[in-house]
Formats: sequence, C-alpha cells, structure tokens
Amino acid sequence: MSNQLYFEDVKIGTELPTLEKTPTTQQLVMYAGASGDFYQIHYDQDFARDNGLPNVIIHGALKNAFLGQLLTDWIGQRGSIKKLAVEYRGMDMPGSKVYCRGLVTSKKIEDEIGIVECEIWLEDVSGKKTTPGKAIVALPLR
Amino acid sequence: MIVIAGLNGSVDELVGIESEPVVKKIEKRSIKRFADAIGDRNPLFTNEILARNGPYGGLVAPPTFLRSIIPNPLPIKIGHPYTAKLDGGSEWEYFEPVRPGDLISHFEKIVEVYKRDGRLGNMLFVIREGCYINQFETLVVLERSTGIYYRPTEDDRP
Repeated sequence: MSNQLYFEDVKIGTELPTLEKTPTTQQLVMYAGASGDFYQIHYDQDFARDNGLPNVIIHGALKNAFLGQLLTDWIGQRGSIKKLAVEYRGMDMPGSKVYCRGLVTSKKIEDEIGIVECEIWLEDVSGKKTTPGKAIVALPLR
Repeated sequence: MIVIAGLNGSVDELVGIESEPVVKKIEKRSIKRFADAIGDRNPLFTNEILARNGPYGGLVAPPTFLRSIIPNPLPIKIGHPYTAKLDGGSEWEYFEPVRPGDLISHFEKIVEVYKRDGRLGNMLFVIREGCYINQFETLVVLERSTGIYYRPTEDDRP
C-alpha cells in the first residue's frame, strides 16, 4: 500500500502533492447520479444560461470532493481528516484541467497525535484560485 | 411554510428552522459509485480486501460522501427576487468514520441568514448546519453549508 505520511515528515510551508483533474460533462452527470444533486445548472446548458451562468458549471461539491481526495491521498491510510472547509468563490466549467493544491500552515502535537493545518485550494488553468479552503488533519507520529 | 417574498422582507425568522430527519443505510455500492464519480481509487473506499487490512478493518466512505444523503426540504420557500440558487461552500467536521451498513440519520437546521451585495447583485445567504448521526446515536459528521440565493439577470453574469 501507499507510503504512510508521518507528522515528522511535514514542515510549515510543505506543499501537498498536486492533484490534477479534468472534469468532463460526463463526470458531472456521474456525480449528479452518485450524489443525487440533479440541479440542472450542472448539465442543462439552456437552464444554466437562463440562470445567468455562461455555461453548465462544475458542482461545488464535486470540487469539494477533489479537495477531500487531495487530503486523503496525502495523509495516507493512518491519517485522518478532522476538518475540511471550502468556499466556492469562482465557477469552473467542465472540459479543462483544474489543480488541487495545498500548503502546511501550522503543526502541533495533541494527545500524542500530530495535528496539521493546511491552506488548500482548487485553481483553474490560469492559476485563479476558484475554490479556497482550509483543512485540519491528524497524522501518526513515528 | 414561510415565504420570503421580496428584498425588504425580514429573514431573521428563518433562523432555527429544521428539516425532518431522513435515515439512510450506507451501502457498499453507493460508496463505490460515489468514489467512481469523483475519480478516487483509494482502496479504503473501493477495495474491500485491502481495506480489511487497513486501519478501519473495512471500507469507509470518502470525506464528502454524505452529500449523497439528500435532506428533506426545509419548510421554507425563498421567492422573488431570489429565484436562483448557488452553493457557496461547506465546512465539514469529522468525528467518526462512516462505514457500509451504517444507518445515518440526517437533518439540517438554519443557523444564520444575511443579505449582502456582491458579484451577483443583492444576494441572500442562508447558512445551514447539517447533522449526520449513526445508529449508535453518535454524531459522526457536522456539515455547515452556505446557500446563496440571487436574482438571475443578464447583467449579473459572473
């Protein structure tokens, strides 16, 4: 299985390994089906335009899921997420790449568990952070 | 049913309103379907055999999987001019893992409401707190979500 990340491995400023995604309209439909979110702005172009949007847009919650994966991929099986907060400030359209990134902002030991805080975000191909957020994860000690 | 009809109506009375709980059994196949949809192949979510040897002794749900439990609608209606809605974001707090076979009860409560001008014109922000409680009456996850209601016009296009 994957290499386990330990508390001692991270420093303030450590970058999380980037997770790259290219959501397609098909993925939005799959996400609609799996999550039960059938709001038409995510698959019906006319409906999206009638609601003042330029096109169908990626579900905020799907971007949230990508940022969840950014964390679970990074912390390994013995790490766990304590908090995950995201804000959908900008819209993203299907068909182009998005990048999930993060940075360690603080670390401390509490009850023999490593607690690590991170800034996380999803950015588009132009580097605009459309979905900023924060996370707190617990990591095992060596 | 409370109707928020216009720009000047009071919205404070929305605070404290709750939805009726829904109860859903967590199925292995819904976890797999969700993981497939988000493109996450983590064995903890998708591979029963590997997950059995992992720290949870079995499969668990991905961090945002509980979005697939659709709450009952809140007994409110938000009308003109806020006829369009966007999801503003979520804050998740995790206490216990969610596993296949769990019976999760979920309801939402409105905890904060305010109006603000922004890139979509005058917007109504409705903050909801969603509780997810398992069959042992343990709060497993708390999700604070922001719904943004706005008036759709050509000029307001982002």
